[in-house]
Amino acid sequence: MSDNCLSAHLPGQGLMGVFLRQRVCVTDSVEDELEFALARHRPEGLEQLEAQTRFSRKELQILYRGFKNECPSGVVNEDTFKDIYSQFFPQGDASMYAHFLFNAFDSDHNGCVSFEDFVLGLSVLLRGSVQEKLNWAFNLYDINKDGYITKEEMLDIMRAIYDMMGKWTYPLLKEETPRQHVDIFFQKMDKNRDGVVTIDEFIDCCQNDENIMKSMQLFENVI
Amino acid sequence: MAAGVAAWLPFARAAAIGWMPVANCPMPIAPRDHSKRKDELIILNVSGRRFQTWRTTLDRYPDTLLGSSEKEFFYNEEAKEYFFDRDPDAFRSVLNFYRTGKLHYPRYECISAYDEELAFFGIIPEIIGDCCYEEYKDRKRENAERLMDDQEENKDCKMPNMTFRETMWRAFENPHTSTMALVFYYVTGFFIAISVITNVVETVPCGYKSQKDVPCGERYTVAFFCMDTACVMIFTVEYLLRLFAAPSRYRFMRSVMSIIDVVAILPYYIGLVMTDNEDVSGAFVTLRVFRVFRIFKFSRHSQGLRILGYTLKSCASELGFLLFSLTMAIIIFATVMFYAEKGSSSSKFTSIPASFWYTIVTMTTLGYGDMVPKTIAGKIFGSICSLSGVLVIALPVPVIVSNFSRIYHQNQRADKRRAQKVQKARLARIRIAKKGSSTAYLQTKRNGLLNELLDLTASEVEQQHLNKTSSLLESQHHHLLHCLEKTTGHEFVDEQLFEQNCLEGALQPYRSHSRTPSGSSQDGLTGTCCSRRSKRGSTPTPVPNASLPALHTQPHMLTHTLPKSPGLQELSAINIQCAEQQLHSSSRSNLNMQTNEVDRRNTRQQLQQVTTAIISVQTPSTGSSTEEDDDSHGLPNPGASVVTTASSNIVRVSAL
Repeated sequence: MSDNCLSAHLPGQGLMGVFLRQRVCVTDSVEDELEFALARHRPEGLEQLEAQTRFSRKELQILYRGFKNECPSGVVNEDTFKDIYSQFFPQGDASMYAHFLFNAFDSDHNGCVSFEDFVLGLSVLLRGSVQEKLNWAFNLYDINKDGYITKEEMLDIMRAIYDMMGKWTYPLLKEETPRQHVDIFFQKMDKNRDGVVTIDEFIDCCQNDENIMKSMQLFENVI
Repeated sequence: MAAGVAAWLPFARAAAIGWMPVANCPMPIAPRDHSKRKDELIILNVSGRRFQTWRTTLDRYPDTLLGSSEKEFFYNEEAKEYFFDRDPDAFRSVLNFYRTGKLHYPRYECISAYDEELAFFGIIPEIIGDCCYEEYKDRKRENAERLMDDQEENKDCKMPNMTFRETMWRAFENPHTSTMALVFYYVTGFFIAISVITNVVETVPCGYKSQKDVPCGERYTVAFFCMDTACVMIFTVEYLLRLFAAPSRYRFMRSVMSIIDVVAILPYYIGLVMTDNEDVSGAFVTLRVFRVFRIFKFSRHSQGLRILGYTLKSCASELGFLLFSLTMAIIIFATVMFYAEKGSSSSKFTSIPASFWYTIVTMTTLGYGDMVPKTIAGKIFGSICSLSGVLVIALPVPVIVSNFSRIYHQNQRADKRRAQKVQKARLARIRIAKKGSSTAYLQTKRNGLLNELLDLTASEVEQQHLNKTSSLLESQHHHLLHCLEKTTGHEFVDEQLFEQNCLEGALQPYRSHSRTPSGSSQDGLTGTCCSRRSKRGSTPTPVPNASLPALHTQPHMLTHTLPKSPGLQELSAINIQCAEQQLHSSSRSNLNMQTNEVDRRNTRQQLQQVTTAIISVQTPSTGSSTEEDDDSHGLPNPGASVVTTASSNIVRVSAL
């Protein structure tokens, strides 16, 4: 992922390739706007992406067109991301979960999700092996990326998921529902009862659970 | 869901993998994308000008002409393009709407032509972006007013069947409607004028009496008294008639004009009532001042006067600012002048309040000259005072003037009031559209049963039919929401249902979850959260909610057997609650419109339930027949579990 910086040798882009620069997206308000207006990111060439991901050329084209339509500047910042994601869950508040998702996609942690980040993430989710998908899910739950899922992290994630349901649910969502769910989760996953779930415990446990294995295959044909 | 982000739906669905390890229940099956159309360019030929776009661009808005199958009517086989016999210029904005998600109104376009184009292509004008919405609405209003003007000239024909009261009111309000009204209008105008002139002439000195100038009022007391009485009688009669004819008496009495009327005639009656007492006659004289208010009655006769009054009312803030700044300046300058002139002898500036008079006269450039500064410092400050006066007064006045002209040119239609109503309506429509996505999901849940049934055994034909009723995008979105429900173990319900639940929850502490463990839970595929809702008997219970068994369809399981779960499948009757809103959505499915379409208002506790039967198990060959059977009469079939062979496949139908 390190070559999303200067890449003056894009095939077919010529002089324009010199202009590539990925700016770090700071979270300052006034400068943010200005920098954002200047931030133009062009992705690497089609061949490179084709090699790095499991998508075909046509699929990459379709993906890019959709991406570019929503984000003409070529990168998504967190607010836009939250906005877009919230549109799919009109009844609840998807911003917290979108925040975690954003961090999971933003693999180089620069505050923006570029097209490469986006498509690499999707490649894992849609075309990756079950191992890779589980890895990705673990990465999502592990908020501070230290290799362990603690109960607090899981509780945050769980609350974020339940927030998406909104207020009008059946049965009534209670305060302790996310906590109970986390307890169930930990009971299942934390084999050695040390209070954290490591990647191996996680993958191990998921592979033994039929439900989870089956649902991992659910979105194979999304693109 | 704003279709502009339809391109991100695949991403949202992929991200749903993040919920999978957390979920305790199995997930529902994803809708299949049968029409694996590759993204192709389609050509839209609009009166000779060819536009090209991707098919998926148009599919973003499935409820418009171009996004739905309606455009197939315009397909030209030989040229392999869609031909529309419409204006290509207007079509540009329509197509841009699909591309960018924002609808713009081009200024050069005629408003009615544009409206027609939008109506043809099935786009509602309310989604015009904020950048162009003001312009659009203004033009539309102008147009409507122009049409209304033309119509108003024909409007004054008398409508039949108006009561006497209504006729009178109309006569009062529009003097041009009948001759009587006109006569009345002029008579009252005449008497107002007479009354005002009388009041004025009363005070003119005419003649002498014992070496003193006597005003005419005192000389010809009787004559003036008669005139006054006549005028007041006319005014009283007029007021009473208006009061009688007014459609809303209370509102009439509160209106400004009626208050003026009352104030105009009251002094006379008070004067009649009062005796010739020395003490009160002083007060009586003061009361006569109020007779001058009769002049305001002219505002019924003059539109300009009304506009002036309205302007002053609407410029209240500017007037207030003017007053405030003037007061500030007066106080400042009065203080300065007082202290400057303190030294000089025989100065008229005896106190600060006394200096107020000087300041006001100077700032308004009147300059009476009854108070003049004598010291040098006083003169300097005096000149500064007069210069600043010009500025302070000149500033707010143009605002007032421009306000007046604006209001005047708007022809006094109550624009503000109407604009507010329209704004409210627009916001309401946008809110409904936003809510539409969530209600769409809830509606689909209720209808979703039918979809899944057909899905199981659908042939190509039926599948196409299915696709016509709900777009693929929508079904994918609904599937996503369904996955979320499964993850958290809670369902989406709409607001009314939710409130009902809360009410019932308060009444019934026990939410009946009849946890009848069933044979189906043997296979371990139903998690704990699902068994909560697993089954209900087919008897309608007075339970407020649709608790639906959450079973799982796995069509790909049809191809291989499940060694772990042999045997029987039980049937489950699914109770779907018919909310009242559902009426319009379920027109196509006879399943929903079963017997119990009685209004639930009558039975608040016991909500109506429609039971539809679900079939179960089969080998695929016999599946279709049984399903259709059950579909057609929709009765619960408790015993319809089917015999299975060892190699039979378990099919459990997911019911929403």
